[in-house]
Amino acid sequence: MHTRVFFLILVAAAVLVFFATRAFHNDYLFFAGYTVLQFVVLATAWNILGGYTGYVNFGSAAFFAMGAYASVFVHKTYPLPIPLLIVIGGIVSGVVGLGMGYLTLRLRGAFFAIATLALAVVLQTFIINWEYVGGARGAYIIRPQQMPLIGPYIHYLFLLMLALAVAALTCARWIERSRLGYGFATIRDDELAAEASGVPTLQLKLIATTLSGALMGMAGAPFPYYIGYLQPASAFGLEYAVNSIAMPMIGGTTSWIGPLIGAVLLGSLQQIATVTISSAVNLLIVGLLLVAFVIIAPKGIVGFVQERFRKGTG
Amino acid sequence: MHLLEVRGLSKRFGGFIALDNIDLAVGDGERVGLIGPNGSGKSTLVNCICGTLVNDTGTVCFAGESMERMLTHERTRRGIARSFQLPRPFVTLTVAQNVRVPLLYAVNARSGVSLSESDLDARCAEMLQLVGLAEKGPHLPRDLTQVEMRKLELARAMAAEPKLLIADEAMAGLSQSEVDDIVSLLIRLNERGVTIILIEHIMRAVMRFSQRLVVLVSGKKIADGGPDVVIRHPEVEKAYLGQ
Repeated sequence: MHTRVFFLILVAAAVLVFFATRAFHNDYLFFAGYTVLQFVVLATAWNILGGYTGYVNFGSAAFFAMGAYASVFVHKTYPLPIPLLIVIGGIVSGVVGLGMGYLTLRLRGAFFAIATLALAVVLQTFIINWEYVGGARGAYIIRPQQMPLIGPYIHYLFLLMLALAVAALTCARWIERSRLGYGFATIRDDELAAEASGVPTLQLKLIATTLSGALMGMAGAPFPYYIGYLQPASAFGLEYAVNSIAMPMIGGTTSWIGPLIGAVLLGSLQQIATVTISSAVNLLIVGLLLVAFVIIAPKGIVGFVQERFRKGTG
Repeated sequence: MHLLEVRGLSKRFGGFIALDNIDLAVGDGERVGLIGPNGSGKSTLVNCICGTLVNDTGTVCFAGESMERMLTHERTRRGIARSFQLPRPFVTLTVAQNVRVPLLYAVNARSGVSLSESDLDARCAEMLQLVGLAEKGPHLPRDLTQVEMRKLELARAMAAEPKLLIADEAMAGLSQSEVDDIVSLLIRLNERGVTIILIEHIMRAVMRFSQRLVVLVSGKKIADGGPDVVIRHPEVEKAYLGQ
């Protein structure tokens, strides 16, 4: 299927999801749906680097937070519409991703993962000490109650995140089927053999860190408007780092649909747990599911189904 | 002018001298056997030629161009391809996709024109046909036998359309008939105009394949010439058979 057709199908699905959610006349669904969609974007973004090229990034929260704090900075300096803030957040986090790539991509495996974790700690310390964006106290963002033509502001935020999810999934699927996707896969499988086949591995890894970082930043940009009060502990929260790794791992890392399945499954479970038990069990759910999948289906749901299909037809 | 010219190449790993002032010239279309006992520096020399390792001193020139500071992928794009001692397939890609990678990245970059999907498919099929893996295109590398895996290595290297192919122990662990199969394949590739350096321990294969033999011992080149002459060289006999 051509990427353009895929994009149009996703747009149609997104329109359907938006109006179906609206039909329930319950704003909570928009709040919960926003979080799930935010995880779809984060998981897809993580997968571009972690799944396609095999470089595990533990610092997703840092890229997400950079997007969020870029919004706070612009909001305080010269308020702009959120779609523009999303672009700015994407640029800021993309540049951070590129910088991280230059500094760390000569590292491999656990060393690269530790370096990304260190980056998150450094950036969090920087934000905590930057008074202009609220420092350790945090910053309030007062959002309008209504959005012209759309209605309640949360509907608008949900719509934006839906559009971002469509963009992220289209981008991921395009990569998979492009020359870039082949290059990423060779890096994941064997970097030395990739270089010997003419693949410019360092260049491609920088593209992956930049794209992945930019999408995470875009997911973070509307976050201050969603939460209303942004503080370092919430923007750099452990749940972003853990979920953005666990969701693709559970869904499957070799295809665009894996992070989507993982994010919808885990994100929905966490939302249900939040209203029925407590939000405190969210990470417990993620941890238990991750352990279960590592044992039962190490290649995630997609890998598990593909393997069954292969055995069935083989 | 030689296709490959290595001059005064040295490489140390700490206190260990892996290559010591190596000179090597390979002409266009030649079939050269590179032999030597384990640890003699053969693979290090290959890695320095391909850019996987950076030499401490000396120069590598290919087709009249200095390879200094050129990364491995840039050397591949200029026409140096290699197969690995232990097969290193892209395990999540199919056999056909493995062969497609150098076409996408080396051939496209060299010509500056992107091959169309049909061209890519045709060239993949041609490469797989050439090495006898035509039926294996849709399979994953894990479904291949050892000899098929070696053939895939060669097909992938050949897909980069190299002027020089360096086959690093392409026959290790194969049966006699499989060795003959690979030697015939390498000769066929050479007949297509590709210069080949074969690194091998199986002397029967080396003697059948090589027009010229180069011998390395303890990082030094001790002999270079016709196979029948080199194999009777006293230092070569000493290195292989002992005193």
